[in-house]
Amino acid sequence: MNKTINVTVNGAKHTLDVEPRLLLVHMIREVLSMTGTHIGCDTSSCGACTILLDGKSIKSCTVLAVQADGKSITTIEGLAPEGGPLHPLQEGFKENHGLHCGFCTPGMIMRCVELLEHNNNPTEEEIRWGISGNLCRCTGYNNIVKAVQWAGAKMRGEETPSTEPEFV
Amino acid sequence: MIAQSFQYESPGTLAEAIALLNQYGDEAKVLSGGHSLIPMMKLRFASPGYVIDINGIPGLSDIKEENGVVHIGALAREADLEHSALLAKYFPIFKDVTKLIADPQVRNMGTLGGNLAHGDAANDHPAVMIALGASVIITGADGEREVPIDEFFYGFYMTAIQQGEILTEIRLPVPAAGTGNAYHKLERKVGDYATSGVAVQLTIGSDGIVTAAGIGLTNVNPVPLRATRSEEALVGKPLTEENILLAAQYASEDCNPSADLRGSEDYKRHVTGVLVKRMIKKAAERAMAS
Ligand SMILES: Cc1cc2nc3c(=O)[nH]c(=O)nc-3n(C[C@H](O)[C@H](O)[C@H](O)COP(=O)(O)OP(=O)(O)OC[C@H]3O[C@@H](n4cnc5c(N)ncnc54)[C@H](O)[C@@H]3O)c2cc1C
Repeated sequence: MNKTINVTVNGAKHTLDVEPRLLLVHMIREVLSMTGTHIGCDTSSCGACTILLDGKSIKSCTVLAVQADGKSITTIEGLAPEGGPLHPLQEGFKENHGLHCGFCTPGMIMRCVELLEHNNNPTEEEIRWGISGNLCRCTGYNNIVKAVQWAGAKMRGEETPSTEPEFV
Repeated sequence: MIAQSFQYESPGTLAEAIALLNQYGDEAKVLSGGHSLIPMMKLRFASPGYVIDINGIPGLSDIKEENGVVHIGALAREADLEHSALLAKYFPIFKDVTKLIADPQVRNMGTLGGNLAHGDAANDHPAVMIALGASVIITGADGEREVPIDEFFYGFYMTAIQQGEILTEIRLPVPAAGTGNAYHKLERKVGDYATSGVAVQLTIGSDGIVTAAGIGLTNVNPVPLRATRSEEALVGKPLTEENILLAAQYASEDCNPSADLRGSEDYKRHVTGVLVKRMIKKAAERAMAS
């Protein structure tokens, strides 16, 4: 039996008729056609499908769409206005080469939105623990850590660290 | 991966939820954080006909202290436990354990009640509850009953929760002065289940004598295990290196791990002994500092 749910996605209200077994990530990608949220492992290990549900980062492959009834969702598409300035995290990833193939990036960024909201000046260790539920197979994480530090500095209104590449 | 079809209910009261569970019998499953249930449904290891989502029931996630007891609502999330100032005051062990459970996103969903109700000896909270001397409140059509943690775990995925019942609360006695607690598990990588995990709570008197000890073991036995002989090796005595080694030895002898991709039986016994030693020392340090 289908269920009618009300969800707010990136500020827009939707009333949807969904099967209870529909996963939230499929609702976002297939029902709402927002494909910025990726499916990686489909077993809640890789974090590619991370979105914000009422401001908290969660893995949308392991949440049912019906569980989002009455709640508010933010996906990577909702982070910056179309054509407007990028979110500091998006800018940070761009400036610091925080991505190569880009597959993990939307989930990585959505996770870090919550991380920086709790603490906009995290240590390297805090960042590494903070993204421990997100796998990246390209960067080796170092540039992701830098990207998050860069975004933190920007959000604190401080001068952003140099983005000169580091040769090791 | 998509679960088999089911009917979804989201009752707004406990009474309603219990009525639904009684109506649908063994075809129904409670949904809390969903981070054990939904993966199992996606893999079709579980295919309940009815899913009863209890997240809409108010008042099931409070963490509060009353008359010498800390009450934790079954729906308190790992992230709530991680950041609770009340828990940090008496039970720094919650910071130890939550950090080692999965990852931040999973911890935003998973609940303490679900972690215990799942009845999996690989989960980390059962051992912690054993060390802290917890009891759980189970609510059914006839009201609630309090079950000591030692009578809660029956077997693989089996607990004292009966059909038509919901685990609603966890109770922890506020520890006496001079108490410390600690948890650690060996994991191969973040989010992995324990190769072995050890929870310890110790109370040490001003004369240096251990007056109470709780030691729980993760994933080295078919059910979460209380290391009774290890506890006895400590209580009523000063905390000497010799007694600590004896407690560690007993735990490695008394657990019953099975060989798997995390290691052989011998290796797991060894790791258990090492962790018991370390966690006794860490709990003792915290007890001294308290
Ligand atoms: C990637 C990943 C890594 C993980 N790593 C760890 C780890 O390292 N350590 C660890 O301990 N856990 C780990 N888990 C499990 C996680 O902690 C789960 O959240 C937890 O086991 C179950 O809690 P839940 O609230 O999600 O319960 P659910 O999944 O909602 O429920 C689990 C079971 O308990 C029943 N149930 C739930 N709540 C109640 C209740 N109140 N009354 C009666 N029955 C109930 C359900 O019907 C179901 O059978 C991991 C999970 C994932 C996805």
